[in-house]
Amino acid sequence: MGRKLLLEKAHVPGIRSYEVYRREGGYASVEKAFKHMSPDLVTEEVKKSGLRGRGGAGFPTGMKWSFLAKPEGVPRYLVCNADESEPGTFKDRYLMEFIPHLLIEGLIVASYALGSNRTYIYIRGEYAWIVDILEQAIAEANANGWLGKNIMGTGFDCQIYVQRGAGAYICGEETALIESLEGKRGNPRIKPPFPAVKGLWDCPTVVNNVETLAAVVPIINLGGEEYAKIGIGKSTGTKLISACGNINKPGVFEIDMTISVEEFIYSEEYCGGIPNGKKLKACIPGGSSVPILPANLLFKTAKGDTRIMNYESLSDGGFATGTMMGSGGFIVLDEDQCVVRHTLTLARFYRHESCGQCSPCREGTGWMEKILKNIEYGKGKKSDIDLLWDIQRKIEGNTICPLGDAAAWPVAAAIRHFRDEFEWHVDNPVESQSRNFGLAHYADPRPVPVTA
Amino acid sequence: MAEEKKLFKVTIDNITIEVEPGTSILNAARMIGGDVAPPAMCYYSKLKGSGGKCRTCLVEVAAGSTADPRPMPKLVASCRTNVMDGMVVKNITSERVIDARNGVVEFLLLNHPLDCPICDQAGECHLQDLSYDHGKEGTRYEFNRRTFKKHDLGPYIQLHMTRCILCYRCVFTADQLTNKRVHGVLDRGDHAEIATYIEKSLDNDFIGNVIDVCPVGALTDKTFRFKNRVWFLKPVDAHRDCPKCSGKVTLWNRGDEVFRVTARKDQWGEVEDWICNECRFEKKSTNDWVIEGPTKVSRQSVISQGHYEGLKMPKETLVEVLDGRKPRLLMDIHDVSEVNKPTVDLSKIAGPAHSDDFK
Ligand SMILES: Cc1cc2nc3c(=O)[nH]c(=O)nc-3n(C[C@H](O)[C@H](O)[C@H](O)COP(=O)(O)O)c2cc1C
Ligand code: SF4
Ligand code: SF4
Ligand code: FES
Repeated sequence: MGRKLLLEKAHVPGIRSYEVYRREGGYASVEKAFKHMSPDLVTEEVKKSGLRGRGGAGFPTGMKWSFLAKPEGVPRYLVCNADESEPGTFKDRYLMEFIPHLLIEGLIVASYALGSNRTYIYIRGEYAWIVDILEQAIAEANANGWLGKNIMGTGFDCQIYVQRGAGAYICGEETALIESLEGKRGNPRIKPPFPAVKGLWDCPTVVNNVETLAAVVPIINLGGEEYAKIGIGKSTGTKLISACGNINKPGVFEIDMTISVEEFIYSEEYCGGIPNGKKLKACIPGGSSVPILPANLLFKTAKGDTRIMNYESLSDGGFATGTMMGSGGFIVLDEDQCVVRHTLTLARFYRHESCGQCSPCREGTGWMEKILKNIEYGKGKKSDIDLLWDIQRKIEGNTICPLGDAAAWPVAAAIRHFRDEFEWHVDNPVESQSRNFGLAHYADPRPVPVTA
Repeated sequence: MAEEKKLFKVTIDNITIEVEPGTSILNAARMIGGDVAPPAMCYYSKLKGSGGKCRTCLVEVAAGSTADPRPMPKLVASCRTNVMDGMVVKNITSERVIDARNGVVEFLLLNHPLDCPICDQAGECHLQDLSYDHGKEGTRYEFNRRTFKKHDLGPYIQLHMTRCILCYRCVFTADQLTNKRVHGVLDRGDHAEIATYIEKSLDNDFIGNVIDVCPVGALTDKTFRFKNRVWFLKPVDAHRDCPKCSGKVTLWNRGDEVFRVTARKDQWGEVEDWICNECRFEKKSTNDWVIEGPTKVSRQSVISQGHYEGLKMPKETLVEVLDGRKPRLLMDIHDVSEVNKPTVDLSKIAGPAHSDDFK
């Protein structure tokens, strides 16, 4: 059984309320930090912990904090990214809904470290009921002296505000989020300048994911070095995974990043295997933007090593044979799923969510969706597959924000690994409307290269 | 003691120049000029915050700076990336850039209606130039192009949303030149559109400038609509004493008739001085203006075909050959046909005939 740091207390009855949370040891990290640590020391601990951003990119959090510009007389802001809109990702929702005080606690410590007197939680609009939960928690924190003026006599003031988004995936991109928070249209900004220099209201800003900020609590409680002992290599601590698709036990799991992908899918503790005795066909381990992998590349890397649920192992093999940890949205596809249809679904999503600022993403996402639709509905041509490849290639890397890449990668990976299935759709336009390509050879063991 | 300003050395397509720190790669390339300057469809030096969107100006940075000579992994938007000392940039010498730019042109044209034959912008359209310079002959797009609900932008400005490339220039213009912006981008992605909120007229004094900044025919002058093709007109620089703006304009004339008034543009197609609506829309008589002389037009431009500067007419030899007799008119078309107005002498109209000539 893996170690739990975030969700350990999530199911204690009444943990949503301040009294129970406090009784279970809540707000200890604020006490520790405010009484015994300077803001820089907090940042130092986060650096030592090796914590990597849980929002998708996996950027080291301590480093990000130390990049924050600190000019005299200019306010600094911490913004919590709770926009969570990546298909397959629902871990932040779980955390905020069940144990909201953990996030508030983490936010207070992080605000202290960064010197943010006004801290914002930008939450996706559809999480309307969670806004109430968070605001309740903030009110309780205020009432008990964890927020407000001169917290614990340190002279540090802090207030937290919750701002609802209006239902756009793109507002999860940190600069679009900042624009939206300022009351503008949620278009990603052109970088540089980065938020660490010019963010919210043109002031230095740190944007972090919900889970990242919640993880600050155990880091301060345990100490950075202790935290870093959990996990392997540069994947330290625990990670929330939201698992969905063809599994027996969909839900949110906290893992320490040492278990294998195979164990994660099949063990009773986690996904509990695939229902109805079906076989695994493919998996997207990190949310819709990361490359899809066929079964035979999922459990073992191309080199033949066991694939572990962590940053390095999941990305082993790069784009050719690997994928990414992403935001931890773990989507499992069994043998009855059609990869073409699945790719179309994602393409439709990205077309719909593109902000439309830059031409490759605005025009390319729509084009890919239309072609995929043709292929899926038996009207595709062989040349369409190459065309799709060329379109995604011309979007990737040429856009303002990573949404363009996020739209390109799923298409690229699907064609790279499942080209046969696309070709079968084209060659069998009638048959493909009534049955699936099925598992085919996608679970067959791959020859492992012999190393000298 | 004047401190010596340190200049940055930057090499673009193997040509090295020195520029002030804070100069963008695009502006450095423009200083070199010619083909080294990347095309720019959204950047506009006079509009704060513009650029970065169209991605036509992407270039490869082969070396970041002397201090950190690593190449940048991705192509960068030259309009929004500043030069560093010792930076090495590849524009037309980079296969990657040419390939990516080709892609961008294809993307920009994907949903463009290509209705140039009926578009007032034709002949001065940056998208036409871009496609000509960097595009392919055919399209691989086999779907219907997108359409939009029509919006009325009032008596002066015509919006054809189907032609818009979402460069945001007009939005910045409306934002920065006028104090009442009723014009922005609605919706997102490939269904995003430039529109007035609740179809309000844009009645600000300087709003007409959106026509000049629009690189395509999405925003055109309603008072000039379908009146003429730009290459049949002769642009002349003129000015007037205007209480609101600089009053420095280009008149687009045929004969003595002013068909259109625009701001003057520099060699990159950018407005030199913003002009007010009155100058642009209301002053359509040569008497309103002090003429300075013909506008310089690039020889590459189709508009230069209407320029007769330094043109030498061949010597008329017929009369000489006929021993001083004038040639006899064999048939006067007006005697035969009543279809067109006999009072209109076709040979006396400046330029080709137009339906207006027979009104
Ligand atoms: C299109 C797009 C959507 C994103 N959505 C989210 C999101 O919903 N939640 C999130 O935490 N990060 C999201 N990100 C990542 C953020 O830009 C940013 O990297 C992250 O909030 C940084 O936090 P971290 O360092 O704690 O991971 C998104 C990025 C992109 C490009
Ligand atoms: S990549 Fe897409 S979402 Fe991102 S800025 Fe460009 S158009 Fe907008
Ligand atoms: S209307 Fe013209 S200026 Fe405005 S965004 Fe569209 S193309 Fe650009
Ligand atoms: S001109 Fe640079 S991106 Fe448009």
